[in-house]
Amino acid sequence: MPLTINGTDHDFTGDPRTTLLDFLREDCGLTGTKKGCDHGQCGACTVLVNGQRINSCLTLAVMHEGDEVTTIEDFGTAEELHPLQAAFVRHDGYQCGYCTPGQICSAKAMLDEAASGWASFVSEDLSAPGRLTPEEIRERMSGNLCRCGAYSNIVDAITEVLEAGR
Amino acid sequence: MRAFTYSRAEAVTHAAEQTRDGARLIAGGTNLLDLMKLEIERPDELVDINRLELGTIDEQDGGLRIGALVTNSACAADERIRRDYPVLARAILAGATFQLRNKATTGGNLCQRTRCYYFYNRDQPCNKREPGSGCSALGGFNRIHAILGASESCIATYPGDMAVALAALDAKVEIAAVDGSIRSVPVRAFHRLPGDTPERDNVLEPGEVITAVVLPSPAGGAQLYRKVRDRASYAFALVSIACVLGMEDGRISHASLAFGGLAHKPWHDERVDALLLGREPSDALFDEAADVLLADARGYGANDFKIPMTKRVLKAVLREATGENA
Repeated sequence: MPLTINGTDHDFTGDPRTTLLDFLREDCGLTGTKKGCDHGQCGACTVLVNGQRINSCLTLAVMHEGDEVTTIEDFGTAEELHPLQAAFVRHDGYQCGYCTPGQICSAKAMLDEAASGWASFVSEDLSAPGRLTPEEIRERMSGNLCRCGAYSNIVDAITEVLEAGR
Repeated sequence: MRAFTYSRAEAVTHAAEQTRDGARLIAGGTNLLDLMKLEIERPDELVDINRLELGTIDEQDGGLRIGALVTNSACAADERIRRDYPVLARAILAGATFQLRNKATTGGNLCQRTRCYYFYNRDQPCNKREPGSGCSALGGFNRIHAILGASESCIATYPGDMAVALAALDAKVEIAAVDGSIRSVPVRAFHRLPGDTPERDNVLEPGEVITAVVLPSPAGGAQLYRKVRDRASYAFALVSIACVLGMEDGRISHASLAFGGLAHKPWHDERVDALLLGREPSDALFDEAADVLLADARGYGANDFKIPMTKRVLKAVLREATGENA
């Protein structure tokens, strides 16, 4: 069963019980995506599927025939960081770093959702959510927990990328 | 997770046949897979319905027909929903996270199961999980449990937000059968009260598949979704209220209220709507509405606070919706 991961063709032939997360980590060697709670509560396993962020622990690999999966491995290199990675480093947006791949995948999708005009629970005007305030960023990133509590620095890092992009 | 066979449904009737024969359908999977990992759900056969053409929102009879596979994200982002049914967009955005809403579907969300701690804990009795084993919540931790419509068998709540807004909007669930026939069930009648069969969450029968949710033409007026929870984001409701309310010449011309977090189903009490109709808004009227709503409310200890909380939240919502003491 074919699917694309970070632009490369892959073939899934395993046990249907295999989550997308386990397929990425165990079969594809893409261990950047992390397993935290394995129940969709922490967001460490966040990846993009066809551009949308999802919890890879709560979906089966076998359900993703033909899909395009993007993981943290596609986000830049040690020499040339993705702007979000560079901003997380600059603002100290982590401590242990375990949640960071999920945070960055989630933040990338969040910026795209906001550019598409998607509202959030804290948006005053559903039809015109406006710019991403720190309050908006916090609400939109609430699916990504950081046990070290680097939240305020994560918000600063995302805000910097947001400002640079306008 | 227990082993299962996996297949894909080619047509709605095919999916219906599979459920008749005991298979479970999977769409977004965000609730089902979680429960399968815990072995609370143990299907032998899993039928993936994601390739069925049920993923669009279409205009129908002045309202909208939301396909069962429309994701929560797509529904809340739809311009027509945001403009004409803001209570629905607000309720969806009040639930879960962006990651989960990107997978969760309209049909699947209706069928999500309770978050009662004992339903999730296989080491303790639960009539919903193991019929006849008993209810651990009755004398246990029951902070999140029901105050209306519960039974001695089960005091679990329906946990969702979307369906509460759909109940206020008086939407219908479109359900297909094996022979291709369609029945339409009001959202208000889709979920069940526990009675002595709490293992059944809703009226969906084996051999049936949810194909859509149908919204009536827009009601206009004020539309609010107020949710009270233990933290500011990503938590289930302790109490939530969906309110659709119109005013004309200083009187309430239309009122439709539904409540989350209070019962085994999104709670709707037509006596409350009827009481408000044609009346001038006042704190005394709102007190009266809360008293009617909560006349039969019963706490089980740790959830006693929900009774006065519901009254306060209802009064706040009615004040805001009517502009009284705004």
